[in-house]
Amino acid sequence: MSSFLSNFVSSYNYYIIIFLMISGLYIVVSRGNMVKKLVGLALFQTSVYILYISPGKILNGTAPILSDDFSLYSSPFPHVLILTAIVVGIATLALGLSLVIRINEEFGTIEEDKLFEDEI
Amino acid sequence: MIILTLMAITTLGIIKLRNLFSVVVLSSIYSFLMATLLLIFDAVDVALTEAAVGAGVSTVLMLTVIYYTKTTEEEPKHSSIIPIMVCLAIGGLLIYGTYGLPPFGASDTPLHNHVSAQYLQRSIPETGVPNVVTSVLASYRGFDTLGEVIVVFTAAIGVISLLKKDNS
Repeated sequence: MSSFLSNFVSSYNYYIIIFLMISGLYIVVSRGNMVKKLVGLALFQTSVYILYISPGKILNGTAPILSDDFSLYSSPFPHVLILTAIVVGIATLALGLSLVIRINEEFGTIEEDKLFEDEI
Repeated sequence: MIILTLMAITTLGIIKLRNLFSVVVLSSIYSFLMATLLLIFDAVDVALTEAAVGAGVSTVLMLTVIYYTKTTEEEPKHSSIIPIMVCLAIGGLLIYGTYGLPPFGASDTPLHNHVSAQYLQRSIPETGVPNVVTSVLASYRGFDTLGEVIVVFTAAIGVISLLKKDNS
């Protein structure tokens, strides 16, 4: 029982990441409002950030800024990748939001169901 | 662990609420929790970026959009059983996938023993920068950062051409 509990605690970050990931996916798939869809997409992206960063952490380690006082550092490599991903994420979000504004100007709604109704 | 749980609760709020203003504010709270979590995971540079970009800029952008459009979301017409089933199936597969991943905080994983250790050893002699994230970002993987600038530039061109008012 205690080994099960310690396994659960040491994998808790993965479970929460998976929860965030599938709730982002759920929002994207099931909600018709486009702003909400983009929020779901952002949720999915940020869950991937934690998925990358959390294995880089070493217990009792410190941030990867070299100094004589410390010898154990967390891995700097995922941090670099995710810095790039955050900036790309905000770029895609801005593009998506401007698409939403254009759709609202053109059709007067940002609800997916109404857009499909108009088409028929 | 507490912050991870708080993030999950915030996500439930985002799913449940139909007022888009509250959704945007909750996603801002989510981003601040995320920045705190990254600080705990020793990713200080990423935490700064997330607090500025995720909680600041993206919130402002979304608030601008809901100023131009409507602030309430309508009830979805389709039933949400199929999306729930698909999401649960994918979640089950992902949880099965975690059995191969190392436990949290371990230091004997491949991630820490190959390229990361090299970066930590070589940063001072080869680039002279004590912050290893900076030296990797700007020196070892400089072309990656150049590609990132191109992506942002392309996105900016897209936004400008979408929002430009037609004079004709």
